Amino acid sequence: MESQISRRSFIKVSAISGSGMLLSFSFLNASAKEEIAADTAFNPNVYIKINGDNTISIMAPNPEIGQGVKTSLPLIIAEELDVDLANVKVDIAPLNAAFGMQVAGGSGSIRGRYNTLRELGATAREMLINAAAKKWNLSADECQAENGTVIHSKSGKTATYGELAAIAATLEVPKSPKLKDPKDFKYIGTRKIKDVDSKSIVTGKPLYGIDTRKPGMLFAMVARSPAYGKTLASVDDSKALKVLGVKKVVKLENSVAVLATSTWAAKKGRDALILKWNETGKLESTAGHLKDYEEIIQQATADKFTKKNGDFESALNNTSKTLDASYFVQTLSHAQMEPLNFYANVTADKAELFGPTQVPASVRETVASKLGIAPENISVASPRQGGGFGRKLMNDNAVEAALISHAAKCPVQVQWTREDDMQNDFYRPSSLFRFQGALSDKNLLGWSQFSVGIGRGVGGDSYVGGVLDNYRSGTQGYTSNTPNGWWRAPGANALAFPAESFMDEICIALKQDPVDFRIKIFEKAKSVPADKLNYDPEKYLSVVKLAAEMSNWGTSTPDVYRGFSTWYSFGSYVAQVVDIKMIDGLPRVIKVYCAVNCGKVINLSGAENQIQGATIDGICHAMFPKVTFVDGAVQETNFHSYRFLRMSDTPYDIEVKFVDTEDAPTGLGEPALPPVAAALANAILAATGKRIRKLPLMDYFEE
Amino acid sequence: MPKYSIFVNNKSLSVEADADTPLLWVLRDHLNLVGTKFGCGVAQCGACTVHLNGSPIRSCSLPISAVGKNKIVTIEGLDSKGEHPLQLAWQELDVSQCGYCQSGQIMAAAALLEENPNPTDEDIDMVMTNICRCGTHVRIRKAIHLAADKLASK
Repeated sequence: MESQISRRSFIKVSAISGSGMLLSFSFLNASAKEEIAADTAFNPNVYIKINGDNTISIMAPNPEIGQGVKTSLPLIIAEELDVDLANVKVDIAPLNAAFGMQVAGGSGSIRGRYNTLRELGATAREMLINAAAKKWNLSADECQAENGTVIHSKSGKTATYGELAAIAATLEVPKSPKLKDPKDFKYIGTRKIKDVDSKSIVTGKPLYGIDTRKPGMLFAMVARSPAYGKTLASVDDSKALKVLGVKKVVKLENSVAVLATSTWAAKKGRDALILKWNETGKLESTAGHLKDYEEIIQQATADKFTKKNGDFESALNNTSKTLDASYFVQTLSHAQMEPLNFYANVTADKAELFGPTQVPASVRETVASKLGIAPENISVASPRQGGGFGRKLMNDNAVEAALISHAAKCPVQVQWTREDDMQNDFYRPSSLFRFQGALSDKNLLGWSQFSVGIGRGVGGDSYVGGVLDNYRSGTQGYTSNTPNGWWRAPGANALAFPAESFMDEICIALKQDPVDFRIKIFEKAKSVPADKLNYDPEKYLSVVKLAAEMSNWGTSTPDVYRGFSTWYSFGSYVAQVVDIKMIDGLPRVIKVYCAVNCGKVINLSGAENQIQGATIDGICHAMFPKVTFVDGAVQETNFHSYRFLRMSDTPYDIEVKFVDTEDAPTGLGEPALPPVAAALANAILAATGKRIRKLPLMDYFEE
Repeated sequence: MPKYSIFVNNKSLSVEADADTPLLWVLRDHLNLVGTKFGCGVAQCGACTVHLNGSPIRSCSLPISAVGKNKIVTIEGLDSKGEHPLQLAWQELDVSQCGYCQSGQIMAAAALLEENPNPTDEDIDMVMTNICRCGTHVRIRKAIHLAADKLASK
């Protein structure tokens, strides 16, 4: 690391807003220098603080939504610093430019920060070693760091980091700290470290936005439009104001907030509002979307295909063996377990905002612009969050709370009900796909895919794009006033199901083994690709072969049916084998094998948990829930009708293996979700002979 | 506003609340026992699971007026040191992802182990109906078996 920092590095976290970016060092100013004398803490950067009493704290820079970065990001620093994370106090960093991009999205937290965090930890370690050398009047080369202490082996001298903090704070910051050799890692790649909040979670400590309690705070519930296409016409709050505990009613642009002394009073008040809504937009329905999609797909002309290799149409016209299939993926809600909420305390020229968000910087920016408050006077912080899945990449919950606090002139905790979440989401949009294949007796000659869906539609290519001599793909967006947004593994979560189901159809038509056939495709991708590839075929091969080996692919067990699928997303490769049994005519997943190539694994326990969780997430959303719009209103208003997978629907085991590699870490929170739906559908085909091309799968079974 | 005296985590507590206020919100807003979570409000997800005389109930759907003298135990009162075998097993196997549903899961599992100290996978399937959106089910299942082992060796 070439650091330009040559002076002492003591800083106060509060003083560095807007200062240095990636490495987050800042230069000392005169007042900070004076503070050193009074403070023995060692703050080599905004992430790390070592106190004289030997307490150590590390900041987790990105929001924690269940993807585990409150543990895994500090773990990287702790590894290089050489401390046991179990003895470190970890906090989620508030929004501060010194921490760089503070986003939970795109499976990007570790990908983007691995090297930087290692350097930050190594810098601090080296300074502590230098501090010991200075204290003992020895050469730093003879001292080494180990588990929170610096040791001089020859003399047997030892000093804790806390004992060295005051000296370390006066030292020069090294220009190129030496990183550990990965073979010397004690924690990275192991399952030694548990989630840092583990104990607090299992004992019910207040950790989440919903647990926020601040002086003078009122609880609020909001009446929002009952359907997309309707806007607020009039409000009669006379009954609401009579509800015991209700203190205020605040009207916003297209909603009404009721503030009360408890959540229940706020809900009763909200439900007592008499509201009239005007029909100001089209009242759309899922049935209408589907009808339009079908027309659009049928009318898709050759010029709608924006990616082309060779000539698919000729390939199709010159063979008698063809496949043509339509696939549908349903609208989904995020349904994160913690219903949305947010705390806001807006005063004349300041705002304090605290709650679940994946994009704190966007919260600050929008609130600043809507309320005319200077961004530096707006603090934004997020607690641990009860799931994300992309819902809180939209900042509406936070901005709404700020507007309510501003209008009501008091601190407010806005709480959404599950019904509010279901009707006011940014959904994974529905999409219809058409897949076509041109086949010879033994080979796949050409592949065509076209999709239409709400928003921009599902873009992207299947892995045969760039491999086959004849390939084309196209996407068409569809305008709707039903909102769409990012939902775990955007794009891939929709495309992998039809693409890998259709691949299975091709294997069956060609009488080829699904694993062998994919291996042939990736071998061709390596040797004679038709175009530039957007993936590494060697890595695809690594997971396809590993999954086959783990599952003893090619063998069979009585009454067990299996399906295969593989997909690349967010820099990582996942192959899955799903085993099912048919019980009383219904499919039950009993086991899933997951082979993963995500580069170097940081926290093995957390990584395995993410793969298992994303696999179950994928099984759930392939099998059960769907959002249905009727005249702009979501019909599935809560979990009684938005059906979720339960323990009795889950596999007894999910075996996970990571390809052993020293490649830089890639995404992990999302990549195991996309392939599993097709692997499951392919297993159902094997069990029943039924090819299901429309999600959710359970719509095809009588229960 | 009506006054109620309820028995929570071995303490008799006095609460002023509307008669229809669900126990969940009494626990969270009136008694500041926020370990019990809100997830759906309609007894579907189980995030609000507490014990009523040892049986698991969904506190979002029990009005305060119906609680009476029954003994309520929440996640905060499951074990005085937070070291119930399930709480230990959950940590040992690093079960949680977001963690939000886990107090309800643990309360449901604790009631199961009271009834059936050595549950089979099928028993767990039948009883553990709480929703986990993150998909930690495989580890929850293992943690219940591990806690059962811990109980057996006590």
